[in-house]
Formats: sequence, C-alpha cells, structure tokens
Amino acid sequence: MVISAFTAVSIVALLTLLLASLLAVASIKLRVDEDPRVAHVYELLPHNNCGACGFPSCQMFAEALVAGKTAPANCTVSNASDKQVIVDYLHVDAGHQVRKVARLACAGGDNVATRQAHYQGEKSCAAATQVAGGGKTCTWGCLGLADCANACDFNAITMNEHGLPEVNEAQCTACGDCVIACPKDLFSLQPVTQHLWVRCKNLEQGDEVLQHCQVACTACGRCAMDAPDNLISMQNNLPHIRYPASMSSQQPDSTRRAIERCPTGAIVWFSDTGTAQHGAAARQIIRHSALNSEPS
Amino acid sequence: MLFQRHPTFDGGVHPPQSKALTADLPIRQFPFAPVLNIPLNQHIGQPAIPVVREGQEVERGALLAKPDGYMSVALHAPASGVVRRIGLMPSITGKMVPGIYLQPFPGATQEVQSGQPCNIETASAEDIIQAIQMAGIVGLGGAAFPTHAKLKAPAGKHIDTLIINGAECEPFLTNDYRVMLEQPDEILTGIHYLLNATGCRRAVIGIEDNKAAAAQALQTCLSGKHTSLTGKIEVVVVLTKYPQGAEKMLIEALIGRQVPRGGLPHDVGVVVVNVTSAAEIGRLLPRGLGIQERVITISGPAVNKPGNYRIPIGTPLRFALDYVGVSDSITEVYLGGPMMGQALPNLDISITKGTSGFTAFTDSQTTSPHHVFPCIHCAYCVDACPMHLNPSQLGLLAKHGEVSKMAEDFHLFDCFECGSCAFVCPSHIPLVQQFRAAKAEVRKMAAVHTGADA
Repeated sequence: MVISAFTAVSIVALLTLLLASLLAVASIKLRVDEDPRVAHVYELLPHNNCGACGFPSCQMFAEALVAGKTAPANCTVSNASDKQVIVDYLHVDAGHQVRKVARLACAGGDNVATRQAHYQGEKSCAAATQVAGGGKTCTWGCLGLADCANACDFNAITMNEHGLPEVNEAQCTACGDCVIACPKDLFSLQPVTQHLWVRCKNLEQGDEVLQHCQVACTACGRCAMDAPDNLISMQNNLPHIRYPASMSSQQPDSTRRAIERCPTGAIVWFSDTGTAQHGAAARQIIRHSALNSEPS
Repeated sequence: MLFQRHPTFDGGVHPPQSKALTADLPIRQFPFAPVLNIPLNQHIGQPAIPVVREGQEVERGALLAKPDGYMSVALHAPASGVVRRIGLMPSITGKMVPGIYLQPFPGATQEVQSGQPCNIETASAEDIIQAIQMAGIVGLGGAAFPTHAKLKAPAGKHIDTLIINGAECEPFLTNDYRVMLEQPDEILTGIHYLLNATGCRRAVIGIEDNKAAAAQALQTCLSGKHTSLTGKIEVVVVLTKYPQGAEKMLIEALIGRQVPRGGLPHDVGVVVVNVTSAAEIGRLLPRGLGIQERVITISGPAVNKPGNYRIPIGTPLRFALDYVGVSDSITEVYLGGPMMGQALPNLDISITKGTSGFTAFTDSQTTSPHHVFPCIHCAYCVDACPMHLNPSQLGLLAKHGEVSKMAEDFHLFDCFECGSCAFVCPSHIPLVQQFRAAKAEVRKMAAVHTGADA
C-alpha cells in the first residue's frame, strides 16, 4: 500500500517536472517579441473599435501605427491632444486626413413624403425593405425605422419628429456603420469641406415626382446649368457634384449658387456647423408643413 | 388502399386549403387593359433588350425585347397596339424597373402573329432549348427562372429524370389545377418536347392528392392520345402538405433523392419544370409563338368574382381587380397566395410571367399583427421546417444581428422562405421576414467586402 502510494506520487512528480520543463523550453523558443510601444499607443486610443481607420480594431490600428503603416490622423475618434501625445511618443508625422461625416441622401420625412401602404411588421428598415420596399411611395426614400440610429455607436444619429435621421456632425466619426445599416443605401461618407449635397435618390424625372415627395429632385437640371466649371452634371436624372481636387481654388460663394436655383430644395448647403440650408427658391413651393431647417 | 399513404417529405404544415372558391371555375379569357405595363425583367437573370421604339406599332405576338445573353428570355407583345413609352414602372420588389408601356388598339382583331414552328419530330435538343428561350418561357409557378437554362445539364452532370411540378401547395391558388384539367394534351406535348430537350428517359408528374381529378385527366389523356409516351410518363399522387410544391420537397417525395446542401436538382440528376410551363411549351412551340398571356387565379374573400383567368401579360393589377370587383373593406392584396405571397404596396404593378395569382383579404381576415412574444423554444418550427433547419436558433441570432453566424453556422441560405416556421410559431415571431432581412444584409456585406478587395 505504501509502495503504491509512493509510485503514484513519483509518477505525478515526474510528469510535473517533464511538463514544466516543456513549458520552460516553449516559453523561450516560441517567444514573440511584442513592441512595448504597441501597448502604450493602444492605451492612448479610444477603444471604440469602430473601424473608421480601416483597421478592424484599435489594437490593430496601434500595431499599424508603431509599424509606420498608417498615421495618427486616420483615427477619427480620438481628439487632437491624444493624437499629439502619440505623435510625440512615436516621433511620426501626424498625417493629414480630411474630416468626413455621414450624410443622408433623402429629405423626405413624413411631413413632405407620402406613403402608399401601411407597413405592419418587424420594426426595422432591413425587414421592411423586404416587403415590397417598405410602403413609402418613393421607392428610394428613407423608411424612418431607425436602423441607422441603432447602428450608430456614437449617438450621432437621432430620428427627428418627421421620422428622418439627423446626423450630429460633431459626434459623427465616419465609421461607416450607418452606411452598411441602411438598406436603401442612402448614407455615404462625405468630406465636410464639400458643402453641397443632394438630398434625393429618386431616379424619376418630371414634376409627377412631387406628388410622392415635395422635396424630391425633379431632374430639372437648373443647378447643373448654372454651376461653374462643370461642378454639377446630371447623371441618371440626379445632379452629380464633382468637386475639383483643390478646394481652395473654388470660391464657396460660387458653388453655393446651386441651392438658390433648386426649386424643390433637393440640393442643400451644409454649413460649417452641420445645418442644412435651402435656397430661397425652395420656399416658393406650397408645402403641407415647413421644412425643418431654416432657409438662409 | 386504406392504409396506403401518399409519398411526401419530412416537415411541412397544413394550412387551410381554401381552394374551393375557384377550383371548379373554368379558365376564362380576361379583357385587355387600356394600357399594358410590361417590365423588361420578368425573369431571374439579365433584363431583355427592347427591340421596339416609342411610337412603334406592334402586332400581337411580335417580339418586344430580345434576350440579353443565356440567362435571359424574349418578351412578346401581349396585344396589337402601339408602344407608348419605354421607361420606369413600379414592380413587385418595390423598386422602379424599366419596362414597356403598350397601348392595345381598341378595335383590333387581336389575331396572333405566327412565328417559326418547332417541329418535335425533327428538332434537335439545342433547337428545342433555343425555341423555349425565344418563346420567353420561364418557371410559371412563380420563381420565373428561365426554363431553357435548366434543361442543359452542366458539364459532368447527367440528368435522368424530368419532374413536372403539379403540386400547387399554396392555399387559394387553382391555376395549375385548372390547366391540368383543361389542357392535359398540351401538357403532355410539352413534356414530350422537354424529354427530347433533356434526353431524359422518364418524366414524373407530381400532383397533390386534393387534385385527384387532375391526375385522372392526365392519366386518361396519356392512355388516349399520347400512347407513344406511355411507359415514359408517370403520374404520381403525393400527400397534400405545404410546401410540397417546392422543387426539393417534390424530388424527395417522388423519387426519394435529396438535393445536397446548396445544390441544385441537377446534382441528383433531376430537372423540375412547373406544369403550366410544360403546358405553355406544348401550346406555343408547335405554333412558333411566345408567351402573351398566362393563367392566374384571382381569389380571396375580398374578391366578388373569384376565378381562373387567362390574362394578358402586363395587365395592371388595378384593372384586374376592377374587373373582378372587390369588396369595399379590402385591406390587403397578396401577389400569390397567403403563405409565400408578397403583400403589395400599391395596385399599379402589373401581371408578369411569374404571377400565379392574386389573393385579396378584408379587414376581418387580416387582423393587425399579433404581439410578438419571446421564443419559448417549443421547437414547433424545427418540426415544421422542410429543410431541417433550426428556425428558432436563427430567429434568436437575427434578433441580435448575428447575420454572418446565421449564414455560416446555421445554413441561413438553405432557407427558401416557405413560411412554415412563422406559420406554426405560437409566439408570432416574424421569422421569415427576419431571415429575408438577414439574407439581404449578408449579401450586402459580401458585396461591400468584394468591392473593397477589388
């Protein structure tokens, strides 16, 4: 009995020794040297894992920063002072990134756009789209069931009283979650320096469109005709804005004229504070209710 | 006989049939609408390319649009008239799609322009397949998959059995039933063409046991007029169960083969053609015509004159419903039946080749949606799913937005949206709708990723 107990103990002890030495060898042989700077840089990042920088997580962005594959400016979430700390720590160039924000290509809230059917069912745009487009008369328009607001991790999107999402540009980090969430593909990331924006995706032409939505683009083409230097062209019955490469050469006043020519207010001018402004002409149309932002 | 059970598949449900409304009503011709709206893409695949221009006068049966590549079929004028406009029109998907607005001449004789007949004795398999494509024939059961595209087995596959789908498991619809009763001769001629085109030795016609009269009619015709085909064609009665008409279910019930995951009937040596498609092939090919009209069922409690109608392609639904008359309390119109049918957002869409019918309901039949309770894991849906999926688990994942997990680990894309799971769910969870939304999201994410890589 004593012997068997002794055998058992010695077997376990031997095994312990064997496995421990195996682990000891492995820890030396298989060691991966991690740059200690990665952990430090990671601590300085916002830990949102939003993906706006193009990397799947903040950890991978930190690794890329240390490896010199990207620049601190590509993080759209962290503030300037945090970025400066990273720049000083890594001795790299901060880089330059034009700030982008998410913009919605639809202005057809329930005050101006009609619905052709009463949708009952799962309260999500993705599900509603599967039921013959979701019931809105304009098949391109926003359904207002807030898939984008639910997808936004930064609370930058709120639904207004007309059931249309509004982007708080100060909080938007251009992570692109709303772009993927919207089943109608209405969101896109736009540089804040580009002030003109077409808030419509209706591909139909003519004034009949206005029966479905009072702020739709009727493809009249006035904005394109008056725009300087081919800034605006009509493509697929919608104005297509092509900003020149160097924005500084473009006088903002000359590009702003497009919104004054638009009779429905489908083209807007985003001011630096992120409010959409309509042209004076857009006011001439008789509406059921006023547009939500004040024409300038 | 008493204990003999008709063959069937695992799973499925038994919704109320509701076919008595129209089952005994013969097919009647529908008048021409003032304007026919003919979408260019009435099939799965590339839209057809218009060969007419605005203002052009066309004869009934003339080619309106030619196929764009192999996965596309021709489109023919459903009426003699003038092409008013080629532009966008509303569609069933809710999107605006390109199409042809054709205005029929009110006083025209509407005689059909005849084309190049396809002689069954002399035509080769390729000739028949091309004739089917040029006749614009698609799966008339509702899927609208170009028929010619599935007749030729891909390299390395061999097709030995042709299955003719006469199950018609969807409640309310009786159009296939009426076609089987009234056109058995044309169905058998069509099957003859299909046998020659595919090189199959045998064809099996599957019919649910609630349509025994149709099976009888086909059997009588087979032994009477088509003696050359006896021995090749078999009429099999299967159990009445939804979704018996799904091609994978029908293959399992009729010949006991299971289509592998993600596979097609080709993979088990089978090609499935809808019975009305076969009838159209048998009707049109000997005369060299294209599809100008199809048989649909207009039914439902809200319809005053329910019935089976031979209706011109492109007839706006509003016109059709005005003609049959609807009750004032109509609230919902479905394209197809109530199980797999799509609720329609407006009445401006038109009848296409894939439209097997419309059902309309009043307020009392379509109660406002039930309160959705949480999943209680009763597993009714697991028993009902004919594809042996786990709808309960899929539903829970959908609720949490785990769409890639649904696709990768729980075989989301094997779901063909028959709706059996949602039908039996005691918690009223809109499972199919969630799955459809999830599928769309997975496809979108895949498109985003491939776009980023390219």
